[in-house]
Amino acid sequence: MLSKKVTDCNAHGQDSSYFLGWQAYEKNPYDDVHNPNGIIQMGLAENQLSFDILQTWLDNNPDATGFKKNGQSVFKELALFQDYHGLLSFKKALVNFMSEIRGNSVTFDPNNLVLTAGATSANETLIFCVANPGDAFLVPTPYYPGFDRDLKWRTGAEIVPIHCSSSNSFRITKSALEDAYQQAQKQDLKVKGILITNPSNPLGTSLNSHELDLLFNFISTKNMHLISDEVYSGTVFSSPSFISVMEVLKNKNLINSEVSKRVHIVCSLSKDLGLPGFRIGAIYSCNEEVVSAATKMSSFGLISSQTQYLLSEMLSDGKFTKSYLSENRRRLKHRHETLVKGLQKVGIRCLKGNAGLYCWVDMRHLLSSKTFQGEMELWKKIVYDVRLNISPGSSCHCSEPGWFRVCFANMSEQTLLFAMQRVKSFVESMSKKNSPPRHEHLRLSHARRTKSLPKWVFSLTSNQLEVGDLR
Amino acid sequence: MAIESVQCPSVELSKIAVSETHGENSPYFAGWKAYDENPYHEKHNPSGVIQMGLAENQVSFDLLEEYLESNQEATSWGKNVSGFKENALFQDYHGLLAFRKAMASFMEQVRGGKAKFNPERVVLTAGATAANELLTFILTNPGDALLVPTPYYPGFDRDLRWRTGVEVVPIHCESSNNFQITPDALELAYSHATSMNMKVRGVLITNPSNPLGATIQRTVLEQILDFVTEKNIHLISDEIYSGSVFHSDEFVSIAEILESRNYKDSERCHIVYSLSKDLGLPGFRVGTVYSYNDQVVTTARRMSSFTLISSQTQFLLASMLSNKEFTQKYIKTNRERLRKRYEMIVEGLNKAGIMCLKGNAGLFCWMDLSPYLKEATKEGELEIWKMIMEEVKLNISPGSSCRCSEAGWFRVCFANMSEQTLEVALTRLHHFMDRKRSK
Repeated sequence: MLSKKVTDCNAHGQDSSYFLGWQAYEKNPYDDVHNPNGIIQMGLAENQLSFDILQTWLDNNPDATGFKKNGQSVFKELALFQDYHGLLSFKKALVNFMSEIRGNSVTFDPNNLVLTAGATSANETLIFCVANPGDAFLVPTPYYPGFDRDLKWRTGAEIVPIHCSSSNSFRITKSALEDAYQQAQKQDLKVKGILITNPSNPLGTSLNSHELDLLFNFISTKNMHLISDEVYSGTVFSSPSFISVMEVLKNKNLINSEVSKRVHIVCSLSKDLGLPGFRIGAIYSCNEEVVSAATKMSSFGLISSQTQYLLSEMLSDGKFTKSYLSENRRRLKHRHETLVKGLQKVGIRCLKGNAGLYCWVDMRHLLSSKTFQGEMELWKKIVYDVRLNISPGSSCHCSEPGWFRVCFANMSEQTLLFAMQRVKSFVESMSKKNSPPRHEHLRLSHARRTKSLPKWVFSLTSNQLEVGDLR
Repeated sequence: MAIESVQCPSVELSKIAVSETHGENSPYFAGWKAYDENPYHEKHNPSGVIQMGLAENQVSFDLLEEYLESNQEATSWGKNVSGFKENALFQDYHGLLAFRKAMASFMEQVRGGKAKFNPERVVLTAGATAANELLTFILTNPGDALLVPTPYYPGFDRDLRWRTGVEVVPIHCESSNNFQITPDALELAYSHATSMNMKVRGVLITNPSNPLGATIQRTVLEQILDFVTEKNIHLISDEIYSGSVFHSDEFVSIAEILESRNYKDSERCHIVYSLSKDLGLPGFRVGTVYSYNDQVVTTARRMSSFTLISSQTQFLLASMLSNKEFTQKYIKTNRERLRKRYEMIVEGLNKAGIMCLKGNAGLFCWMDLSPYLKEATKEGELEIWKMIMEEVKLNISPGSSCRCSEAGWFRVCFANMSEQTLEVALTRLHHFMDRKRSK
């Protein structure tokens, strides 16, 4: 009685552990006063660090929410505005903001921007525009669990993973790209493009120029699209600096080239400004046909004109955007350090990150067995015993068990520190279980520490492994 | 040395991206263009094109603005960080509970309390455009058919078909019985679809009808419900104009019929609603799928991730629509004003020798110019349509763009302008008809 899309439950990904952890949290959510033993949500990549800055701006600019412009009411105008081209003043402000985030190294044309109700909608719309049902997109692993739904569910497209490994800090390699492409050929899938998330979710790192060169060479020779989901671009808090695909086009003198017609960017204000509820996303493309088709498709997911107006006022305030971006970065950096240090104290390392609202944490040494089953066991312990909802790497399609994404920006600092204490107790209790009688502790602990590093670590040259990467 | 440039074939886009199913090359949109290029303005461009092709409700903005003036916390979150923060973070596809409750209550009030709505069945989408597409994705597979009575809203060709791959098979309705849907017409459409090897998945009705501007009679609704039950298919009832019925007792929602049948077989029924027409807020993108089928509700909710309503807007409307004093006053006043406009336009058209279908709802009337066509064909209709656009400078919607099976009918909107502008339009039309008759 219902469509195949309904019965094909797994395509929307609702039954993965990503959502199960959510459910556990919903049943027993931590509250520092009312439920101090509850589960702390560390599986939600939200940016809650800078609301005070936004609130101050709102307090000083009541017209933006009061439907007024220069003292005159613009309510009726906005209430009637449903043009899928979007509010021009908002698009102009948004492209300036996008430019500012990228250090003003590139500029964007508002006519190439298509507004959508969130990046979720933008990603799906782009796939509808460039892929037919059954076509495939290559996506580097680990990737955002939501992609399984966003890119595949209603579009009928397939995802073929580009496997990345910890051996080189999960960087995209030429052989991984080639392997993925071959894999798609084997499955008789037509590859229409590559979708990257830059900065990466869940890695918390931005792609380096080597990776970007690889990708551009690949899409050039194979004549395919490159979608760059840059929703975390405003969360880059330390070096190396973020390189947008727009910058690569510019540096390679490819603006207005044929290749530039196949490169598309997805943006959003959900992560940078912490406004996921407002549903503000956009597609940026130099391909007129894509912009035209996507614009018409955006009818199915337009941004409320009330919200477009508020953000056009906010983002047109250059003073605000400048101070927001720098202060937000500073706070993210601090939180990131707090998490990294807290974990480091108990011997847990993170992939060296420079962006995002989370860390990619290495808990391989805590696995009872180096398998995904082992990962699930550990994850369940962490959710139900330690009471932290974190995301297991398997839900992100990571090819190696033992990695977890842990968010740090969706809670207060006290809560984060409290979570660190729980981790500490957990790790200590684990090592008590595993450790031999006390007098042998010192002799064996060193052996254990070196044992926990895989053999390959010692065989790599310093080029291949940046020691700090495993921090 | 010549540099050989390697011509890379420009990469193909998807079939959907290049198809014409977005429908934007029809005359419906050409009229828009003419208006955009030469829009009427009382002072600055009094001889410009008057837009009568846009079904917008502009008659009750003062009531909305009055509400906003006296309830500023609805737009400023009461000046406290946690209100704003909570709202800005809220992206739960269940939607704001307060808003769902307010929506369900508003839908009940619009129906004069004759049907009950459960907030747990309200799924929020960014507009009815999204709601209709969402339901189509859930209830049909590519290549399946949905039966839709003609004449219908031109946007359906895109909304229902474009990305879903469904086919729209018309249920032909005729002026001989005021374009009402008949069991014969339903059967005919069904057999036509099956003869083309299409699996019929459901019937989609718009009640009150766009473009007819009339409600569907109770007996007809019962017949439609019996038909879909017998064929074991779905029924989608697009009720976005339910608040624009001029006399509240003249609208019967499918919800009422289902209630009277004790919800027997109701899992095949789904209602689409929106605030774009009744509240005049198309820019805010507020739509809903209300389904009596649990699996549809669950799936629709998950799918709504692609088309969520801004939580800022949900917050404002939760406040507005839970204010019973406001909603009662608004619904009553809005109805009266629309009725007055309708009476004005029908009287004006009658004076000009033009008859309309007897309407009782909507933001438009269904005008009959068939006696004035040179030939009773689509071409004849478009000829007069072009004349009206170019000579009379009125943008109205030709029935052919609504797939009407009879030539000569036009949808004329009356609620998207001031009374003065409407007078100007009617005067122009009067003169045009005078000239035509004297020829």
